[in-house]
Amino acid sequence: MSASDFRIGPRNRQNPLLRFLRSFVGYKRHLTLTLMFLPVVVYFVTFKYVPMGGIIIAFKDYKIKQGILGSAWSQPLFANFIKAFNTPTFARSVTNTLAISGLKLLFGFPAPIILALMLNEVVHERFKKAIQTITYLPHFLSWVVLAGMFQQLLSPNNGAVNAVLQRVFRMKDSIYFLGDNRYFRGTLIVTDIWKNVGWSSILYLATIAGIDPMLYEAATVDGATRLQCTRHITLPSLAPTIVVMLILSVGSIMDAGFDQVFNLYNTAVYQTGDIIDTYVYRYGLGDMKYSLATAVGLFKNVIAFVLVVVTNMIAKRISGSGIW
Amino acid sequence: MIAKRFSAGKAVIYFLLVLLSASIVLAFWHLLNLSLSPSHIATKGGLLLYPREMTLDNYARVIGNRYIWLGYKNTLIRTAIGTVTQLFFTAMGAYVLSKRFFPHRTFWTFFIVFTMFFSGGLIPSYLVVKNLGLLDTYASMILPGFISAYNMVIMRNYFQSLPEEIEESCLIDGAGRFRIFTQIILPLSKPILATVALWLAVGHWNSWFDVLIYISDDTKFTLQIVLRRIIITGSKEILDTSAAANAAANEATVSSEGLKAACIFVTTLPILCGYPFVQKFFVKGIMIGSLKG
Repeated sequence: MSASDFRIGPRNRQNPLLRFLRSFVGYKRHLTLTLMFLPVVVYFVTFKYVPMGGIIIAFKDYKIKQGILGSAWSQPLFANFIKAFNTPTFARSVTNTLAISGLKLLFGFPAPIILALMLNEVVHERFKKAIQTITYLPHFLSWVVLAGMFQQLLSPNNGAVNAVLQRVFRMKDSIYFLGDNRYFRGTLIVTDIWKNVGWSSILYLATIAGIDPMLYEAATVDGATRLQCTRHITLPSLAPTIVVMLILSVGSIMDAGFDQVFNLYNTAVYQTGDIIDTYVYRYGLGDMKYSLATAVGLFKNVIAFVLVVVTNMIAKRISGSGIW
Repeated sequence: MIAKRFSAGKAVIYFLLVLLSASIVLAFWHLLNLSLSPSHIATKGGLLLYPREMTLDNYARVIGNRYIWLGYKNTLIRTAIGTVTQLFFTAMGAYVLSKRFFPHRTFWTFFIVFTMFFSGGLIPSYLVVKNLGLLDTYASMILPGFISAYNMVIMRNYFQSLPEEIEESCLIDGAGRFRIFTQIILPLSKPILATVALWLAVGHWNSWFDVLIYISDDTKFTLQIVLRRIIITGSKEILDTSAAANAAANEATVSSEGLKAACIFVTTLPILCGYPFVQKFFVKGIMIGSLKG
C-alpha cells in the first residue's frame, strides 16, 4: 500500500466505470429537466450532427437514388478533392476569398475603432446620439435590400454615385462598380464598412466608457492635449479589446461574406468576386455536383475550424478569458 | 472636464461624422424620391435631393401585387412562429444547462458549443432537410436554425446569475421544475428574453437564403425572396403579371427604377419604423453578448 491510497475519499473509491454509469441515474432523478432538455438534443443531432456525418459524401460518388450510405466510395478516396483542386475556378475562389477577407481586415477592421475614437471626441450629446442612430441602421437591413439599393445607387447609367462623381468631381466616364473587375473588390469593402462600421463601434465605445475618468483629469492637469489623451490613455485602454477582436477576425478569414457577395456579384466579376462559399453554392445546388461541393466545403470548414480554435486559444491567453 | 474649445481637429472630426451619416441618410432619401418619381425622372437618374414631381403610381403597382402581399404573409408567419417557438425552446434548454447538478453538463455544453465552430456545410445540411421531406414547407424556414448555440449560452449565463433560493422555496411548495421555469424564471428574465426575441425576429425578417434553397412554391416566398427576384434576378415577371390585374397603375409613370425603389421601401418599412424604438435593446444585447461564459 502506498501513501497515496489513503488520500482517496470514500466517494472516489468506486470503480471509475461504475461511477460513470452511476452518473446516468441523474437523468432519472431530474426527469423533468431531462425531458425539457430532450428537444435541444434532438435538434442538434438532427440538424447539426447528422449533417456532419453527411460529410462522408465528399469521399463518395453520391447518387441521389442510392442515398448517402448506399453510394459507392470514390476511387481513390480523395478523388473529389483532387478533381476540385484541379479546376482553375477553385484556385480562383480561394484567392478571392483570401483577398477579399484580407482587404476587409485591413480596412474594415480599423474603421469602427476610428469611428469610436471620433465619437468619443464629440461633446454634443444629441449630435452623438443622432450619428450613432444613423450609423447603426444599415446593420439591420439584409444584403438583399442593400444589394437592391447599391444596384441603383452605383448604376453606371443613371446611378446617383456616378452622377455625383461626374458633376461634382468632374469625372469623365462612369464607373461600373458592380460589373468591373477593377472596382468590384473595392466596392465590396466600402459597402461592407458602410453597413457595419456603426454597429461594430459599439463594443469599442463601451470599452471607452469604462475607462476611469480620473486618468483623463490627471493627464489634463499635467497639460496633456486631447490628442495626447487619446494616444496615451484611450488607445492603451482599448488595446486588449482590439487585440481580441483582431485575433477573432483572423479566425474567420475563410468567410469573405457570402450574403454580400452572392447578392452583389454577377458573371462579369467572377474573376475577382467568386469566393469559396459562392463556388460551393453554384457547383453544389446549381449544378447538383453534391460530392464535389461537399469536398470543397469540407476543405474550407476544416481550415476555418483550425483557425478559429487556434485564434481563440491565443485570444484566451492574451485577455485571460476568451469569448467562450 | 476639458475646455470646450472648438479646435480645427474637432471640426474635422465633426465633418467626417456628418459625411458618414449623410452617405447613409442620402442613400435612403434618394431612393425614397426615386420611388415617388414618375418614369421620365427616374430613368434619367442622378442624385434626387428633392421630389421634382410626385407620383404614387410605383407604390400603387407594388401594393397591387399579389406576391408582395403573399410575401408579407409568409414573412409574418415565419417571424411570429419562429421567434416564439425558438425563444421558448432555447430558453428551456438554457435553463436545464444552467443547473449545475444536471448530469454531464460540461459534455452537453460542449455538444452545443462545438456546432458554432464546425458544421457539415451547405450540401449535407441541405440533404438532411430534403430527406426529412421538409422542402417547400414553413418548417424548412424555422427548423434548420431552430436553436442558436450562441443565444443558448447567453441565456444560460443569465439564468445562472439568478439566485437559487427562489427556486428552492418553490420546490418546497411542491412546484415542478417545468412550472418553476415557466412561472418564475421566464418572468424574471424579461430583459434577456426581449433581446434574444428581437435578434430572432430581425433574423427571420431578413432571412432569405433558406427560402432560396428550400422553397420552390412561389406562394410560400417570403418578402426578401420576392424582393430578390424583382431586384437582383431582374425578373420583372412578378410585377408584369400583376399589371393586367391592376389597371389603376399608369404605365407611363411607372419605371423599373421607381418600382424597385418602392419595393425596397415596402419591404423594409417595418424595420425602418420600428428601429428607432428598439435600437437601445440591441445595444444592450451586444453588451450581454460580450460577457463571457
